[in-house]
Amino acid sequence: MKHLDVAAIKDGSVIDHIGSKSTLKVADILNIQNEEQVVLVGMNLTSKFLKKKGIIKIEGKIIDQKEANKIALIAPNATVNIIKDYEVVKKFKTVIPETIEGMVKCFNPNCVSNHNNIKTKQHVINKNPIRLQCHYCERIMSANDIVLI
Amino acid sequence: MSSFQQRDIISIRHFDKDEILYILDLAKRMEQTDHTEILKGKVLASLFFEPSTRTRLSFESSMKRLGGMVIGFAESGVSSAAKGESLSDSVKIVEGYCDIIVLRHYLEGSAQLAADVVKVPVINAGDGANQHPTQTFLDLYTIQKTKGTLEGLTIGFLGDLKYGRTVHSLAYAMAHFGAEMYFISPPSLRLPGDFMEALKDRKVKCHENESLMGISKRLDVIYCTRIQKERFADPIEFEKVRGIYRLSKTMLEDVGIKDNLKVLHPLPRVDEMDDSLDATDFAVYFHQARNGIPVRKAILAAVLGVIT
Repeated sequence: MKHLDVAAIKDGSVIDHIGSKSTLKVADILNIQNEEQVVLVGMNLTSKFLKKKGIIKIEGKIIDQKEANKIALIAPNATVNIIKDYEVVKKFKTVIPETIEGMVKCFNPNCVSNHNNIKTKQHVINKNPIRLQCHYCERIMSANDIVLI
Repeated sequence: MSSFQQRDIISIRHFDKDEILYILDLAKRMEQTDHTEILKGKVLASLFFEPSTRTRLSFESSMKRLGGMVIGFAESGVSSAAKGESLSDSVKIVEGYCDIIVLRHYLEGSAQLAADVVKVPVINAGDGANQHPTQTFLDLYTIQKTKGTLEGLTIGFLGDLKYGRTVHSLAYAMAHFGAEMYFISPPSLRLPGDFMEALKDRKVKCHENESLMGISKRLDVIYCTRIQKERFADPIEFEKVRGIYRLSKTMLEDVGIKDNLKVLHPLPRVDEMDDSLDATDFAVYFHQARNGIPVRKAILAAVLGVIT
């Protein structure tokens, strides 16, 4: 029988293949601290593709594609498994959306989005490597410039 | 080509080559014929949160010469911004008083923010160090008029390339016309990396230099800019680069130039261009400033939908 590093859940969602160092950020974006049921977080697990990966299992919560896409920026290889009665009933990958709203701080200190109480917005101009263009000031951010709100 | 009617003019990036040429052609028509009544009954709100002479006055003059009216303010201290009103609220209020808004603001992206929250068209008259699209249209118009073409030119951008929004906009626009570009600045005022990358993505031949030596003979156009004291957070950093370039007739003759070189400058100038240049054939910056009128008339008429 296969040994599980992180215990199985009965019904809910498993986010797998998160880059290990991004695991806690993903947990933060998914707002797991407000979950009422069991949440299991694993880091530095062995992975064929990522060498070390992170995994998050959330009992009682079904993550849809839209919500999964919110983590795509920091976990582009992540997969979401929907679990029902210990079985995987649906599996999908995260997709980087065309536009990102309210998630990434513009790196330009003079951008209006850093001075007015408005939701930040960036257009994805390249997915791999990731490059985002601020909707307001037009400056282009690469992976190293991305700071999540 | 998309219609200009009710369109926001926020960034030169939003216009393709045909749309740019359409505005330049319309500007030429504006210069050839008077259109004194076409904007009769229309009101322009001129909202300048940052100082301006040429842009503000040429917009206001253009509107009035086309028969329209102008309301607004020339500094933020006399607007409700001084009471802490947000930009979004200010433009939402003004929207009810006018047909078109011309906005200058010190924060980058402010014109886009305004355009997102109001229904009347917004023209960006400069947003921090980001964009100044109508200046770019008049720069292009000047180059086209004085060089006879926009195609295949070699252009040298000189001075403050980091904060100079007119440089960013013009470089982007000239990429449509197969320009080769030399960016001449001290290391601390180089073109931001993301701008350079965007130009290279568009296959523009770009070079970075610290002086005109060795390259001046290749240039068809020099676009000179002021080193903008107001953009420096640290005055010591400004002092390090202040007066680093000073174009003069003698200096250009010494380094060697093409006979038909044209020197542009968005003005105001401080010490980067000597008065001795003014009387030469290559100085076109005063002509450039005057071109603000036909170009802004063309933009106002096209956006307000009274001319096609």
